[in-house]
Amino acid sequence: MTELVSSSDAVKRARFNGLKWLMRRLPLTSKIGAAILLFWIIAVLTVSFWPIDDPLAMVGRRLQPPSGDYWLGTDALGRDVLSRTLHGSVWSIPIAFVVVFCAVVIGSAMGAVAGFFGGWWDSIIMRLVDVTVSFPPILLAMAVAAMLGPGLANASIAMVIVWWPIYARLMRAQVLEMRERDHVEAAVAGGAGPFRVLTIHVLPLCWTPTLINATMDFGQVVLLAASLSFIGLGATPPSPEWGSMISEGAARFYNWWIAFGPGMAILSVVLASSFLGDGLRDVFDRRST
Amino acid sequence: MTTPLLELKDLRVGFKDAEGNWAEAVCGIDLSLDPGKVLGIVGESGSGKSVAMMAFLQLLPSGARVDGHARFMGEELIGMPASRIRRIRGKDIGCVFQDPLTAFNPVIPIGKQIAEAIRLHDRSVSQRDAIKEAERLLEMVSIPQPARRVRQYPHEFSGGMRQRAMIAMALANRPRLIIADEPTTALDVTVQAQILDLLVDLRKELDIGLVLITHDLGVVSGIADEIAVMYSGRVVERGATEPIFYETAHPYTSALIGAVPTIDEAKPLDPIEGTPPSIFARPPGCSFAPRCKRAQDKCRSNDPALEFQGATASACHFPMNGAFRAEIQ
Repeated sequence: MTELVSSSDAVKRARFNGLKWLMRRLPLTSKIGAAILLFWIIAVLTVSFWPIDDPLAMVGRRLQPPSGDYWLGTDALGRDVLSRTLHGSVWSIPIAFVVVFCAVVIGSAMGAVAGFFGGWWDSIIMRLVDVTVSFPPILLAMAVAAMLGPGLANASIAMVIVWWPIYARLMRAQVLEMRERDHVEAAVAGGAGPFRVLTIHVLPLCWTPTLINATMDFGQVVLLAASLSFIGLGATPPSPEWGSMISEGAARFYNWWIAFGPGMAILSVVLASSFLGDGLRDVFDRRST
Repeated sequence: MTTPLLELKDLRVGFKDAEGNWAEAVCGIDLSLDPGKVLGIVGESGSGKSVAMMAFLQLLPSGARVDGHARFMGEELIGMPASRIRRIRGKDIGCVFQDPLTAFNPVIPIGKQIAEAIRLHDRSVSQRDAIKEAERLLEMVSIPQPARRVRQYPHEFSGGMRQRAMIAMALANRPRLIIADEPTTALDVTVQAQILDLLVDLRKELDIGLVLITHDLGVVSGIADEIAVMYSGRVVERGATEPIFYETAHPYTSALIGAVPTIDEAKPLDPIEGTPPSIFARPPGCSFAPRCKRAQDKCRSNDPALEFQGATASACHFPMNGAFRAEIQ
């Protein structure tokens, strides 16, 4: 009996120390990724209080290379690139959150319905998914964003439309597997209706792949958002958005530092989220490793 | 005569294979169980015993075709709207499944799952009272430290404990009938005996009817009032427990009894040669004829009907009527 008591206490301890437990298991690369993402999140929340120049003001001479005063140089209008890069996170990071969140919610709901109810639901939803993924993602996002007009809100809608099918497929596959489990049948035999079975006995077991994928996609969404801004369909000047900054830099190829800052920022987010996602998969989803 | 708790009349269950051919997994069975009695359904894997009970509860996938009658306390379940049968499942009929390891939701504590089962059928019970009731139920099925156990997750229970918890859950709404589908198959032999004792005791105490599905004659011999032996989708012999064992009429039943090891005499086991026929290719006559030592030409062409021949009802042209006792001795 003492054995049982101590083991259940251990479980309780593990439950309370979930974050610590996770940190012990994550590989180093994932911890670095998590740290970088944390840095950007803190930047989003506090950047306006940081002792850096106004990203919209002309603070120096134009097209200055990196120096002690302007660590990442100045752009064509004499604005500080470092300051603009840091402020750019305020645009890119929240958008990535919102897009991934909406795509997960919409995609998972659709996928769950398709997988659980099958039949016509399955056919209609999955054909819709097939149609959507048959377009190259950036092309579809461009088309939708162009149709809705420039602006970050419209770009976000476009990206959700591109992204939800991934989660629909993931969730459908997971639901198809879980709904065949014995405890689901036991729940039906106990008198549970379909909605109850889906929400209580199937969905809670289906989140792992979605969580991992969402983490990895976070960087991809930042990249796609920047791409849309790069071609003028996302943020509009003078907003310090990473994609539009790179677009300015691309016009002045010899002043490489203009694009360097935002480029590195995007790179760091994409790498960080993919490292973290890899680590999470190692910890939570042992089958695929 | 009282209304039987469970009554199956000419119940047929058909499935379609990939090419669209229909095959009957259950071909017209008649069974009944009076309130407070125990019915043992015995048969090999694939004999249709579980499918028949799933059909009774309307738990089969939508591709299955169910014909005939399945009545619970006189009420026809076949064709009953889903919303109404949901109120019967888990309320008046409790289920105990074969594998207690997978029959619980792994991410919800046991007590909460039992409480769910109670509140599902009676919304007026508060969550706290339901958890208390779950604790009482766990105590009733002899789980030590129920107050601690209600908060634990399924993985913290051993196999036997989980089966006890499942019985507790099946009893949660004071059902009239419990269907136990091979409740002891996944358990150790010692635990098997405990679980069977528990089922029998609780059944007596609460006056519940019990349908015990098993492939183990030993399991039903001690506790069933009546036994139905199934083979290839049919009931081949049916009767009270004693005559089934001592005045066996059907060669399949006697072969099953012969295949059970005994402790008193050292004799080699007598296995039944061959395998049951596929439901897609049943032989024309008696399904058991190809494996039957007593089969004659008539058996291979005419399918015998289930009728009283001596002390039990059996479906055989050449019933043994207890002759086998002498034969194996």
